[in-house]
Amino acid sequence: MMAPNSRQEAKTPMTEKTISRDELIEQIVDRYNGETGMLISMMQDLQTECGYLPAEDLRSLARRLDLPVSRLFAIATFYSSFRLAPKGLHEVTLCIGTVCYLKGAGRISEAICREFQVEPGGTTPDGLFSYLPVNCVGACAVAPVMIVNGEYYNAVTPESAMEVLRALPSEQEDEPDREEVAE
Amino acid sequence: MIAIANKHLAGPEQLEQLREELRGERNSSDKCVRVCIGPGCAAKGAGKLHDLFVQAVEETGADVKIEVKGVGCHGLCERGPIVIVQPGDIFYQRVEEPDVAEIFRETVLGGRVVERLLYDDPDTGAKVVRADEIPFYKAQKRVALAQNGVIDPGSIEDYISAGGYSALAKALTLEPEEIIRQVEQSGLRGRGGGGFVTGRKWRFCRQAAGDPKYVICNGDEGDPGAFMDRAIMEGNPHSVLEGMIIGAYAIGSSQGYIYVRNEYPLSVERLKRAIEQVRTLGLLGEDVLGSGFSFDIRINRGGGAFVCGESTALMASLEGRPGEPRAKYVHTVEHGLRDKPTNLNNVETWANVPVIIDRGSDWFASIGTEKSKGTKVFCLVGKIVNTGLVEVPMGITLRQIIQDIGGGVKDGKTFKAVQTGGPSGGCIPAEHLDVQVDFDELTQLGSMMGSGGMIVMDEDTCMVNVAKYFLNFLQDESCGKCTPCREGIAQMLAIVDRITHGEGRKGDVEKLEQLAELLEGTALCALGKTAANPVLSTIRYFRDEYDAHINEKRCPAKQCRGLFRYKIDPDECKACGICLKECPADAISGEKKVPHVIDQEKCTLCGTCWDKCPFSAVLKV
Repeated sequence: MMAPNSRQEAKTPMTEKTISRDELIEQIVDRYNGETGMLISMMQDLQTECGYLPAEDLRSLARRLDLPVSRLFAIATFYSSFRLAPKGLHEVTLCIGTVCYLKGAGRISEAICREFQVEPGGTTPDGLFSYLPVNCVGACAVAPVMIVNGEYYNAVTPESAMEVLRALPSEQEDEPDREEVAE
Repeated sequence: MIAIANKHLAGPEQLEQLREELRGERNSSDKCVRVCIGPGCAAKGAGKLHDLFVQAVEETGADVKIEVKGVGCHGLCERGPIVIVQPGDIFYQRVEEPDVAEIFRETVLGGRVVERLLYDDPDTGAKVVRADEIPFYKAQKRVALAQNGVIDPGSIEDYISAGGYSALAKALTLEPEEIIRQVEQSGLRGRGGGGFVTGRKWRFCRQAAGDPKYVICNGDEGDPGAFMDRAIMEGNPHSVLEGMIIGAYAIGSSQGYIYVRNEYPLSVERLKRAIEQVRTLGLLGEDVLGSGFSFDIRINRGGGAFVCGESTALMASLEGRPGEPRAKYVHTVEHGLRDKPTNLNNVETWANVPVIIDRGSDWFASIGTEKSKGTKVFCLVGKIVNTGLVEVPMGITLRQIIQDIGGGVKDGKTFKAVQTGGPSGGCIPAEHLDVQVDFDELTQLGSMMGSGGMIVMDEDTCMVNVAKYFLNFLQDESCGKCTPCREGIAQMLAIVDRITHGEGRKGDVEKLEQLAELLEGTALCALGKTAANPVLSTIRYFRDEYDAHINEKRCPAKQCRGLFRYKIDPDECKACGICLKECPADAISGEKKVPHVIDQEKCTLCGTCWDKCPFSAVLKV
């Protein structure tokens, strides 16, 4: 159901050594003693490792826990933090909570969607970034807030947001830099 | 330093001994730099300031003990990043990286105050040295937040030195029934919004048949404009844990859960660390403090669904299912998580418990109004001078919060309304500002206490648009299980959306009221039942704005695109040509030294000229 993305294929899970997908799922299940009550946590861990929830991994996880696949898909589609398609190179989150909205976040969102041809919750056609508007990140005092790869930008305007996003590097090798910034 | 990592406290005496040792290590003349790394300050780069201070201490040759602490939200986010230097409690605001060296040299080493970084009173211009002399802090009363901004949230040593876990030690010597009696007598009511009497909930859960029993801390703070729980979980996680352990003992529970919102990764981190610390010390796990009572806590992260703040939806989520609520006539205190008796309280409620046990229910009940006791934490945000986190005694008036603490409306604009209670609450207009903050008073006004968001709106805010915002939010977040909520909110949104586009019809307001009544009477959970409150309260107090949109096709606040026009003020226009160049519709004409004009027929009302004009010469009319 999802078009495989060449970059995503190349990207192996961020664990220390390259381990097989089955081993990864085994590890995650063990982390929670196989308790189905921790299903959401397991899926969150899977997404952290893979960047999204690959369909075949959801099937393996369902088999491993002896649950119908439909239950996992129900969760994946109910909770907004789950992603069924690969994400872009960068992660852009825009707060559209009440305060950010009152201070113009709606117009920032429109500007992002227009310039980068991206839908809320989607990824830009060139895979540069995934864009997710969220309801309140709890930093209302410095609204409007945009978060790029975990780094907060406060009191953003449509112009300043565009400046930040236009400057996003389009190459993967820039990733180590990003992590340093995030530290 | 005392090696706390391998200590195991077998009884209350050992806890007291540890406390004495920890206090003995500290000296009131010790130098300490506290850097606020709460959400607001962190977003302004406070993390880096903290690192720079640590570096400065490492590099200095001075033979003095200097402690640098990253502390939780101090409250006055507007003036962040905030740095406080001990001794002297010197309060520095809007500190930037280049200031670190000066603060370190002058204040930390030299004991002199850096004047230019002090808070200056906007009315008198006078410089203020200490936080408690600032009007923002003067009218507050800090109970749940007492240690926020003081202790290092990552250090259990700090928490214990400040008296932490003494309430737990005391509680373990009491009969569970006695603890419940005290909590009930204190008058503490649920801080998550519902306002149910906490002690009574505990009693029902204790009395319910079934084993095991669960206690849950609801940290799924979803209301937009609210970050109180985040501030507590990140600023003083041990206060929440201590409250939960006491509650579990009183109720007879052996397993607790903390459900934290997905958007708060730092809260999860801080709580996890705190849990490890208390487990090591023997304050959590088997045989808590040698009392024979066993209890453990697990953290679950939410998946990004607002409805999971509702207790039954939250429990469904804890069971690994989509967070859909169920009918509440079966009470969760009897049949909750996994069908077992479950007691769920909000973060702030839990954080109040140790204080009640420590200082007594009479002390707690002496604060507040007849039916609302204690204090409440609010997030004062929106169009207000001092945005931030405040804790006030119940019974204070909204005017005191907004004027005295908040410093009034920003940029000299006129106050229009304050929104409380998030998407379930309502907007309170200027004529009711003298109402007391109290669960029942706010409900009477058509709003509610809610979890503590307090969003100030000025004359430029369109109240119909506010209603639309909340409907949009709730439509997105409705789980879709029950028809009234799923379909009703969508219908209301369609009507309000039409109104904001100038396509409102006579009778629309009445139709909205009808749908609101239907939702209140038939929706399954609180999300749906209260979904109409933002609409109803804006109709109640700002009916004229609805009428202007519907009858005159005019937006009085000039916010709804298409319901006002742009015009260039010829007296203010400097003929710079910026708007002319930027206008995407080529609707602006003019030349050098001649004021520019907008061709109303070509204008698409996009607002670019209004944004770009450096002289504010573009007007909304």
